[in-house]
Amino acid sequence: MRVAFTKDQNELTAAVREMLVSTCTPADLRRLLESPDAVDEQRWSTAVEMGILGVLVPEEQGGLGLSVVDFVGIAEAAGYVALPEPLVELAGVVAPCLALAEQDRGWLERVLAGELVAVADPTAPWVVNADVAKALLLVADESVHLVDASSVKTERDRSFDQFRRLFKVRWEPGADTDLQVGCAAMRARGTLFAAAQLLGLAQRCIDISVGYAKERTQFGRAIGVNQAVKHHLATAQVKVEFARPVVHAAAAELALGNLAAEARLAHAKISAAAAADYAAEIAVQVHGAMGYTWEADVHFFLKRAFALKYAWGDPALQMGRVIERLNKLPTGPDLTFASEVGR
Amino acid sequence: MKLEYTSEQRAFRQEVREWMEANVPRAPLPSFDLTREGFEAHREWERKLHEGRWGMVTWPESYGGRNLDLIRWLIFEEEYHRAGAPVRVNQNGIFLLGPTMMEFGTDEQKARFLPDMAAGNHIWAQAWSEPGAGSDLAAVRSTVRREGDEYVLNGQKTWSTRAVYADWAFGLFREPGSERHKGMSLVLFPLDAPGVTRRPIARMDGENVFAEIFLDDVRVPVSNCLGEEGQGWQVCMATAGFERGLMLRSPARYQVAAKKLVALWQDRKDSLPAAVGERVAQAWMDADAYALAVYGMASRLADGAKIGPEASTNKIFWSELDVALYKVGLDILGNRAELMAEGGEDPLEAGWLDGYVFALAGPIYAGSNEIQRNIIAERMLGLPKR
Repeated sequence: MRVAFTKDQNELTAAVREMLVSTCTPADLRRLLESPDAVDEQRWSTAVEMGILGVLVPEEQGGLGLSVVDFVGIAEAAGYVALPEPLVELAGVVAPCLALAEQDRGWLERVLAGELVAVADPTAPWVVNADVAKALLLVADESVHLVDASSVKTERDRSFDQFRRLFKVRWEPGADTDLQVGCAAMRARGTLFAAAQLLGLAQRCIDISVGYAKERTQFGRAIGVNQAVKHHLATAQVKVEFARPVVHAAAAELALGNLAAEARLAHAKISAAAAADYAAEIAVQVHGAMGYTWEADVHFFLKRAFALKYAWGDPALQMGRVIERLNKLPTGPDLTFASEVGR
Repeated sequence: MKLEYTSEQRAFRQEVREWMEANVPRAPLPSFDLTREGFEAHREWERKLHEGRWGMVTWPESYGGRNLDLIRWLIFEEEYHRAGAPVRVNQNGIFLLGPTMMEFGTDEQKARFLPDMAAGNHIWAQAWSEPGAGSDLAAVRSTVRREGDEYVLNGQKTWSTRAVYADWAFGLFREPGSERHKGMSLVLFPLDAPGVTRRPIARMDGENVFAEIFLDDVRVPVSNCLGEEGQGWQVCMATAGFERGLMLRSPARYQVAAKKLVALWQDRKDSLPAAVGERVAQAWMDADAYALAVYGMASRLADGAKIGPEASTNKIFWSELDVALYKVGLDILGNRAELMAEGGEDPLEAGWLDGYVFALAGPIYAGSNEIQRNIIAERMLGLPKR
């Protein structure tokens, strides 16, 4: 029994995090928004060169052959910077799904080289970046289909989060598009890495608020000396501290695929979303009127947290899964881990 | 990450389970706070645990332990609470003073105090708070004055849990004239020493769960100072880390309460609105989240990490979780919630009010949750003190 990352895992996370934090500042986000581009080419090519897209792809298929546990910290880091590029979707959801397909029609190699393949699921029905993707992973009858961009019709919808360039997609599933890969594992990864991003977003909301509370003075001193401000932020940190181990456990238990593991994943999504929700609202409050403006950076993180709370299984759906687990499986102090339930 | 027990860990769980099934008293013991008989019945249970070498499994064998790691300690705690074994009357000793003594005690002190602590011969109380020093612990005014090979203790301590019947206390005192965090020492003293007067304090339901301790020229040998003279604050903060972070409240107790809550809800859910089910699920999830966090902490400690200010996040989480667990249970009982236990009630309905009254103290003791939030804000997040 071990509930901690290895040194290697921590180092991989730290390397990716360092790259993302230095290349994806709020100023970078604003610059990208003012451009017509969906991705920052330089940052994207750095991510491709680092091999991040292949983290979850077996080595014999050109990836790093690592596990979801290795990727969870990377997804957290992507959330921390509110990364506009679909790195988590591609590396965390699309690439491992393509790697499972007997016939990927050459798309895995193209994804590893940085080409965009968009992804959607009944729990995340809008397709992000469908207009710039070269292909799409879509679900019909619980099976994943790989569809060329040229054979879908897209219609843009606007998200509260400007970096989530949403599209409704019309398409026809067929035998030629069917990857013969079930969507359950893909959806589980989507949910897990959405939860991990929410953790990062929650921490970022706290960190920018701490920074602001140290600088902003009122009544002749930094507002951060006030307990009212401190306690808001401490409460947010407590929520993060007790969502994080659940997300990490959900990653480690994901492969079990049983109801206990599914309930853990649901718990992870619920608690990470609740932490991010709380931290984002507190960030607005701590920033005062500035927090409500376009000029302050809070909204970038608030909007992403808001969107990811609903994407890949909203809290109501996840709560239903937890209650199903309570109805069907025993509980108790000896049954913390999914590997023990139903042994 | 390997969220699976080894076969050795499973075998250990089985061994604990079998011992508990054979030894845990069938009927609950009488309260250790209400009568001397109840207190002594709990001491007997501590002795029985010690005879089975279950008193404190993480301690070295020479002090009555099994030298096991924290993961096994968690497994032990899970089986202990699962079996419904009695609350540990000596928890201030074994969970707080014990680990502190392992870190700061001399070999002589360890040999002198730990075996008796493990065996239940000495039941310990904590003597830190004073009428003028609660959240602001550095404001203690009780004094320690050195006279040759002896200390002379004077002052008044309060909110001392179990001190009505306990045998020994570990207290925080200062050199006369010293200020704030300097000049403090952690001194161990017998509660039956000449000059010690204890006065029980009744909790809101009338139970004498704690006491005031008055010290009037109480003399103890200087070998009773734990850690260096004048370093008492640092020693106390280490104890507080155990208190808030890990040892005092193992997750299993909350998971057992959550299991009872799920059972109560399953029994009544057809007549309850769906929102109650969500509150039950949230409380159950929180208990599991706490367990996962503590397993994570134990794993990192095994890697050589130390417990820092994040211990304060634990204290807030378990104390608020405890209140929530019992409140949801009481809300399910509805009009019956206010009834005092008379015995003979539906077992599903037993214990909720008691648990709630106990849980209400959680956000206050071991450093109030406001103090914990200050610690998180200042030491984890780096917000300015002033």
